[in-house]
Amino acid sequence: MFGLSGRKALVTGATGGIGGSIARALHAQGATVALSGTRRSALDELAASLGDRVHVVEANLSDKDSVEALVPAAEKAMDGLDILVNNAGVTKDNLFMRMKDEEWDTVIAVNLTASFRLSRAAVKNMMRRRYGRIINIGSVVGSTGNPGQGNYAASKAGLIGMTKALAAEVASRSITVNCVAPGFIESPMTDVLNEKQREGILGTIPMGRLGQGGEIASAVVYLASTEAGYVTGHTLHVNGGMAMF
Amino acid sequence: MSDVADRVKKIVVEHLGVEADKVTDNANFIDDLGADSLDTVELVMAFEEEFNVEIPDDAAETIVTVGDAIKFLEKNAA
Repeated sequence: MFGLSGRKALVTGATGGIGGSIARALHAQGATVALSGTRRSALDELAASLGDRVHVVEANLSDKDSVEALVPAAEKAMDGLDILVNNAGVTKDNLFMRMKDEEWDTVIAVNLTASFRLSRAAVKNMMRRRYGRIINIGSVVGSTGNPGQGNYAASKAGLIGMTKALAAEVASRSITVNCVAPGFIESPMTDVLNEKQREGILGTIPMGRLGQGGEIASAVVYLASTEAGYVTGHTLHVNGGMAMF
Repeated sequence: MSDVADRVKKIVVEHLGVEADKVTDNANFIDDLGADSLDTVELVMAFEEEFNVEIPDDAAETIVTVGDAIKFLEKNAA
């Protein structure tokens, strides 16, 4: 079950902790993967470790032209695109009252607007082929909020709404659109937490530990599979029980 | 009937699964041929492919009948 042989997937933010795990997992299930990110050397390293069925497509998701070029580049490299994983995300945390316009704009541009543009571009050929999987990586804070993350929480909540709207539009074409919402996951994004913050966070997680990138990747593999064909518009929370919906 | 009209009608019949005699110039894709809004987007994509032409969004919005499509493509397609 959940085999992805012959499927072609694009993963944005593939150099990140979670993105790398997602790319590895899709590849391990047999998919051809296109890796997108901003750090070329890290992309090449990941591509080399995966071996064949891998393409590197660079993109800067805060730049409109770069975003517009990404899906066509991936489609060209792989001769099609069945699975789009909008994983790339940035944080620019600040207290709401101190948040700069640029901090707001950057986070919305990369996390939400780029996902919109990539989905818009990808869904066109998915409609032609009557098959597609779009998976947006959200966050638990898109549903719960989090102090200091007004911009990030808004962008992730926006993804959930966008997921549902697009899911409803394209369901009749056998295209599913879903969201995976990680809680706290071991990654460069959580490595910056100090011991006290870490302990505080662990106290809110019934599972008593941070999640692993692979545990997010498994959820993505499921939603990307043929077997998940009747699941659409859903947000799958993978957070060790820290928030239950 | 022009060659363009033939090709347009063939695409409409295939895509919407309607009887060929219903696909008249005056037939409205949504009201007469049972298309939904997504079908109209797909029809435009199919016309673009068949005639190797780009149909901008503002032009696509004016194509609501079979005749509209034929007229646009006769004017704009090679």
